[in-house]
Amino acid sequence: MEPILSVDHLSVSFTRYGRGLSRTELNPIRDLSLRVEPGQVAAVVGESGSGKSLLAHAIFHILPRNARVAGDIRYDGAPLTRERAESLRGREISLIPQGVTWLDPMMKVGDQLRRGRRDPDTRTRCRQVLERYGLGPETEGLYPFQLSGGMARRVLIASAVMEGPRLIVADEPTPGLDARTAVRVLGHFRELAEEGAGVLLITHDLELALTVAGTVSVFLDGQTVDHLPAARFQSGQGLTHPYTRALWRAMPKNGMEVSGL
Amino acid sequence: MSHRLQFTVKKLIRMALLLLGVSLTAFLLMDASPLDPLQTNVGQAALGAMSPEQVARLEAYWGVNTPAAERYLSWLGGALRGDLGVSLLYRRPVLEVIGQRLSASLGLLIFAWALSGALGLALGILAGASRGRWTDRLIRGGCLLLSSTPAFWLALLLLIVFSVWLRVLPIGLAVPIGAAADSVTLLERLRHALLPAVTLSITGVSGIALHTREKVVDVLDSDYILFARARGEERILRRHVLRNVALPALTLQFASIGEIIGGSVLVEQVFSYPGLGQAAVSAGLGGDMPLLLGITVTTAAIVFGGNLAADLLYGVVDPRIRRGAARG
Ligand SMILES: Nc1ncnc2c1ncn2[C@@H]1O[C@H](COP(=O)(O)OP(=O)(O)OP(=O)(O)O)[C@@H](O)[C@H]1O
Ligand SMILES: [Mg+2]
Repeated sequence: MEPILSVDHLSVSFTRYGRGLSRTELNPIRDLSLRVEPGQVAAVVGESGSGKSLLAHAIFHILPRNARVAGDIRYDGAPLTRERAESLRGREISLIPQGVTWLDPMMKVGDQLRRGRRDPDTRTRCRQVLERYGLGPETEGLYPFQLSGGMARRVLIASAVMEGPRLIVADEPTPGLDARTAVRVLGHFRELAEEGAGVLLITHDLELALTVAGTVSVFLDGQTVDHLPAARFQSGQGLTHPYTRALWRAMPKNGMEVSGL
Repeated sequence: MSHRLQFTVKKLIRMALLLLGVSLTAFLLMDASPLDPLQTNVGQAALGAMSPEQVARLEAYWGVNTPAAERYLSWLGGALRGDLGVSLLYRRPVLEVIGQRLSASLGLLIFAWALSGALGLALGILAGASRGRWTDRLIRGGCLLLSSTPAFWLALLLLIVFSVWLRVLPIGLAVPIGAAADSVTLLERLRHALLPAVTLSITGVSGIALHTREKVVDVLDSDYILFARARGEERILRRHVLRNVALPALTLQFASIGEIIGGSVLVEQVFSYPGLGQAAVSAGLGGDMPLLLGITVTTAAIVFGGNLAADLLYGVVDPRIRRGAARG
C-alpha cells in the first residue's frame, strides 16, 4: 500500500553560536527513515533524547528557527513542504504533543478545542470528542490548571482527533494515564486506524507499543536502527540489531533483563 | 469573596505602614537638608535688617527651634485626624493646596499614563510579533534611545522646536500670561498642557514597550503557541498572545504610575506648569515641611492605590486567581 507518510534519511541539526566566533554543531537526528500506511499504527520506539519529538516537530514544521532539516518527508505521495504542512495542519495532519504545557493556560478547554468557531456543528463535535475520552461536557468550561495531568492529556488527544485527520502523530500520549485509560486511548488509535487514518505512535515503551502497532521503528541516537513488523517481537526471533534485541529482552515478559541497554 | 476582602484589608494595612515609613523618611531627609528656611524664604538682606524679636517670631513660624521628634509627632497626630497642617509658603491649608495643584496635574498625569500605556503596549506587541525584523529593530532602537534621554532634556527640545521655532504652542504655564482665570477657555488650557503631557508620555513609552516586547517574545516561544501552530490555528496573535500578555501588561501599566508622577516633577518644572510636581519642588527647596509631607504622602498613596488596583484586577483577569478564590 502507498504510505500516507514516509520519512527518508531525515537529519536535523542545530547551530549554536558561542562566545566570539566559536560555533558548535549539534546533530541530534542523523538518519531517520520510517513509513506510516493508512489503516496502520506505526510505532517509533527509542530512549529519551533519541530524537523522537524532533521528528514529530519536523513533520509539522514547528522546529525552532535555528534548526536545519535535510532529507525527505512525503505526505500522501508528495513532499511535505512548509506551505503544504501549513495548509494541512489541524485538518488532515494532527499532532498530540508530549507535554500538558501545550495548552494555553489562559483559555478554557472548550475554546481551545473549537479554535474560535462557534457553529452548532463544531460545538456538537467538541462535546462528542470529549465524551469519547471520558470527559464530561463541564470540561469545556475548565481552564488547563483545573485539569489533572491525565485529563489534560486526554484533552490534547481529543483536540487532535476532533477534525478527523488522516494522519495522527502522537508524541508519548500515555504517561500520566492509568493503565486502563492508557489501553483505552491506544484502542482509540487502533479504531482511528481502522477508519483509515495513519497513526504514528511515538513512545519509549516497547511493550505498550506492541499492543497496538503494526510496525515498529527503533531509534537510537538519531538513527533508525530497525524497522520491523510488530509480529517479530512476539517470538523475539529474527531481531537482528543488538539494540533491538536488548529492548526486547528488557520487556517484563522476557525477563526484564537490562544488561546491554 | 471573603478571600478577596481579607486580601484587600491586608493590603490596606500595608499601605498604612508604607505611608508612615514614607512620611518619616521624607521628614528626616528634609530635616537633614542644609537649606535654612529663613534664608531661602526671607532672604539674607531682609533677615539682616530685622530685629531679633522679628527673627525669633519667624523662627517660631518655620519651626526652626522645635526638636525634630516633636515636629514630626505633631504633624503625624494632625495627619491621623485628617489635618495635614498649613503650608508655610502658601499660607493655606495643605489639603487645599494639594487639591488645587492635583487638579491641575491630574489631566496631565492621566493623559500621559493612558497614552504611554496604550502606545507602549501597541509598540511592544508589534516589535515582539515581528521579532528580528526591521520593525522590531526600529522600535527597540527608538525605545533604547528614548529611555537614555533625560525627561528634562526632551522637554527642552520640544520647547525649542514647538514653542520657539514653530511658535505653535505656548512656552509654559497652564494659562496665557496676564489672562484672568475665568476668561481662559478650555482650549487654551489644553494647548498649555499639551507639551508637558506629550513629554511625559514619551518618557513612559519606552519602558512599557520594551517590557511588553519581552513578554510577547516569551509567549511566542511557549509550547502552547507551537501547538496552536501545529493545529493550523489562525489569528494566533489575537487568540493566544494578547490573552497571555494581558496580565503582565496590566502590572506594567499600573507600576508605571510611579514613574509618571516622578517624571512630572521634572517636566512641570521645565514648563513652569503649576501642578503638584512643581509644588513639590518649591516645598522641598523652600523648607515647607507640611506641604512636602502632604505631597509625599498623597503621591505615595496614589502609587500604592495603583498597585492595589492592579492586584484586584489580576483577580478578575487571571482565571487561576479567579477560580482559585471561588473554590476555597
Ligand atoms: N532546540 C534544540 N536545540 C538543540 N538541541 C536540541 C533542541 N531540541 C532538542 N535538542 C536535542 O535533540 C535531542 C533529541 O531531542 P528529542 O526531544 O527529540 O528527544 P526525545 O526522543 O523526544 O526524548 P524524550 O523521550 O525524552 O521526549 C536531545 O538530545 C536534545 O538535547
Ligand atoms: Mg520527546
